[in-house]
Amino acid sequence: MTYILQQSLNALQLGSIYALIALGYTMVYGILTMINFAHGDLFMVGAFFCFIAATYFKFPFVPTLLFSMLGVGLLGVAIERVAYKPLRQAPRVSAIITALGVGIFLESLMLVIYPYPLHVPTLLPIVTWTIGGVTISSLQIIIIVLSVGLMLLLDYIVRRTMVGMAMRAISWDKAIVPLMGVPVNLVISFTFFIGTSLGAAAGTMYSQAFPVIDPYMGILIGWKAFISAVVGGIGNIRGAMIGGFILGAVEIMVAAFLPSTYRDFIAFSLLLVLLFFRPYGILGKPRPQKV
Amino acid sequence: MAKRWLLPVLLVAGFLLSFAIPILNLVNPYYQLILMYIGINIILSTSLNLVNGYMGEFSVGHAGFMAVGAYIAALLTTQLIPDNLLGWMFPLTVLVAGAGTALVGLVVAIPSFKTRGDYLAIVTIAFLFIVKSVFENIEAIGGPRGIPGIPKLTTLPWTYIWTVLTVWVIRNFVYSNFGRGVLSIREDEIASDLMSVNTRQVKLLAFVISAFFAGVAGALFAHVLQFISPRVFDIIKSTDILIMVYLGGIGSIAGSILGATIFTVLLEVLRPLQEWRMVLMPLVLVFLMIYRPTGIMGLREFRWFIPGRDLFARQRWQQKKEASNAAAS
Repeated sequence: MTYILQQSLNALQLGSIYALIALGYTMVYGILTMINFAHGDLFMVGAFFCFIAATYFKFPFVPTLLFSMLGVGLLGVAIERVAYKPLRQAPRVSAIITALGVGIFLESLMLVIYPYPLHVPTLLPIVTWTIGGVTISSLQIIIIVLSVGLMLLLDYIVRRTMVGMAMRAISWDKAIVPLMGVPVNLVISFTFFIGTSLGAAAGTMYSQAFPVIDPYMGILIGWKAFISAVVGGIGNIRGAMIGGFILGAVEIMVAAFLPSTYRDFIAFSLLLVLLFFRPYGILGKPRPQKV
Repeated sequence: MAKRWLLPVLLVAGFLLSFAIPILNLVNPYYQLILMYIGINIILSTSLNLVNGYMGEFSVGHAGFMAVGAYIAALLTTQLIPDNLLGWMFPLTVLVAGAGTALVGLVVAIPSFKTRGDYLAIVTIAFLFIVKSVFENIEAIGGPRGIPGIPKLTTLPWTYIWTVLTVWVIRNFVYSNFGRGVLSIREDEIASDLMSVNTRQVKLLAFVISAFFAGVAGALFAHVLQFISPRVFDIIKSTDILIMVYLGGIGSIAGSILGATIFTVLLEVLRPLQEWRMVLMPLVLVFLMIYRPTGIMGLREFRWFIPGRDLFARQRWQQKKEASNAAAS
C-alpha cells in the first residue's frame, strides 16, 4: 500500500512535467493547427537556461525559473516570427518539417556550445519527510504545486481574460476574427510565449529533479508530451493536463511493477488501445468531415 | 519530346557501371560507400513518399519498418544461413526481410482505417517506440546491444538493382488504378469513398508496399553497416527520411531521388565543418521550406518517370487547351 502511494507521488511529479510540456503543444495546435515539433527542444533549452542562470549568475530558484521562462518564451516568439509565420498559408506539412528542422537546429547548436552532459546545481534545499512509510521530498511538492499553479493560471488566462478570449476566437475561426479588430499576430505571439515558457518551467523543474542534462534530452520527453496532448485530445487545454498525468501514471506504474525496460512498450501499447476506442483523444471532439 | 529509348540505355549503363566500379576500383571505397548509402536512402524516401506524399498521411515510423527488415535479414545471415551459401542467398534474404516487414506494416495499416492526420502520426510514432522497445527486451537477439558481426553482403550492384526495382514498382503503382485511388485519398477521402474507391484496400496496399521497401532498405543497410542495435533506428533516423522526402518534394518520385541524393551528399560534403554541420543542415531545410514550401520538385515529375500513356494523354490535353485558348482569343 505504501509502495503504491509512493509511486503515485512519483507519478504526479512526472505527470505534471509531461502536462506542462503538453500544454505548449496543445496551445499552438489549437491556435495554428500546427504541431510545433521544436517544443521538446525548447524544453531542453529551458533546462540549459536554468543551468546558465544557476552556474554563471548564481541565481536562487525563483529568479532562475523566471529567467528561463522569459528567455525561452522570447526564443519561442522569435522562432514563430522567423520560421513559422511565413508558412501560415503554406501546406501544413511544410510547417511541420520546418518545426522538425528548428528542433534539430536547437539540438545541434546546444551540442556545439555544450558538447558534454552538464550537472545542474541544486537550487533548493531538499528536505524529506516520512509520513506513514511514504517518503516525500520538498522538491516533489514544489514541482507538483508549481505545475498545478501554472496550469490553473493558464486556465484562468484562457477562460477569463481578453487575451484568452482572443485565443479561443482565433482557434474557432481564423477568417472572421481579424475583421473584428483582434490583433491576430500579437495573440499568436502571446500564445507562443506562454506555451514555450511553460515548457521552460518544466525544463527547469526537470533539471532540478534529474540534474544531468544533455542536448538530446528534449527528444524523447517532447514526443511523450506530444502523445499526452493527443491522448487528452489535441487542441484541448484541459485534455493536455489530463493526458500528461495519465501518461506519467502509466509509465511510473509499469516501471514499479515490471522491469523498467518494458515501460515504453506498455505505455505506447496502451496509447494505441486508447486511440482505437477514442480516436480523437479523451476530451477531443471529432470534427465532422465534409466533401 | 524526351527520347524514350534513352532511359533503358541509361539503366543498363548504370547497371554495368555498378559492376565496373567495385571490380575496376574506379572510385575509392569511401565514394563507393556513399553511393550505396544514396541507393538505400532513395529506397527509403521513395517508399515513404508513397504514404506521406501520394497518400497525404504523416507517417513518422519509417525507421521502425527499417528496423524490422534489418533485424530479420541480420538474423537470417548471422544465424540461419550457412556461410558458404551467403552470397547466393542474399537476394532471398532481402526479399524475406521485405515480406516480413510488409506483414508488420499491417499493424499500422489497420488503425489508418479509423484515424487520419495527426492521430495516425501518433500511431506511427507509437509503432516506432514499440518496435525499438521490443528489440531492446528480447535477449536472444542481443537486447540493447544489438547484433554485431553481420557479413558485408550489400554490394553496389545489389543496391543498384533494388533501387531501380523500388522506383519502378512504386512508379507503376502510382500510375495504376490503385495509385489513382491513393491520390484521391490525399485530395479527399470521403469524396473518393463516394466515387467507389475501395479506400481500405488502397490504404492497406500503400502501407504494405511502403513497409516492404522500408524492410528491403533496412536489410541492405544492416549489411553495409555490419552492426545493428535498436538505437540505430530511433526517431532521428525517421526524421532524416522525412527530411529527404520533403526536401525533394512530396508526390514526386524524381523529388524523392533528388532529395535523398542531395541530403546524403550534402551531409558528406559538409563533414569538414564537424559539429557545425548539423547546425547548418536544419537551417538550410528551414529556409528551403520558407522560400519553397513544396520542396524541390513539389508534385511535379520528370518526364522519364511518367508512363508513355499518361504522357500522351497529358500532351493531348495541353494541345486541346491551347486550341481552345486560340479559339477564344
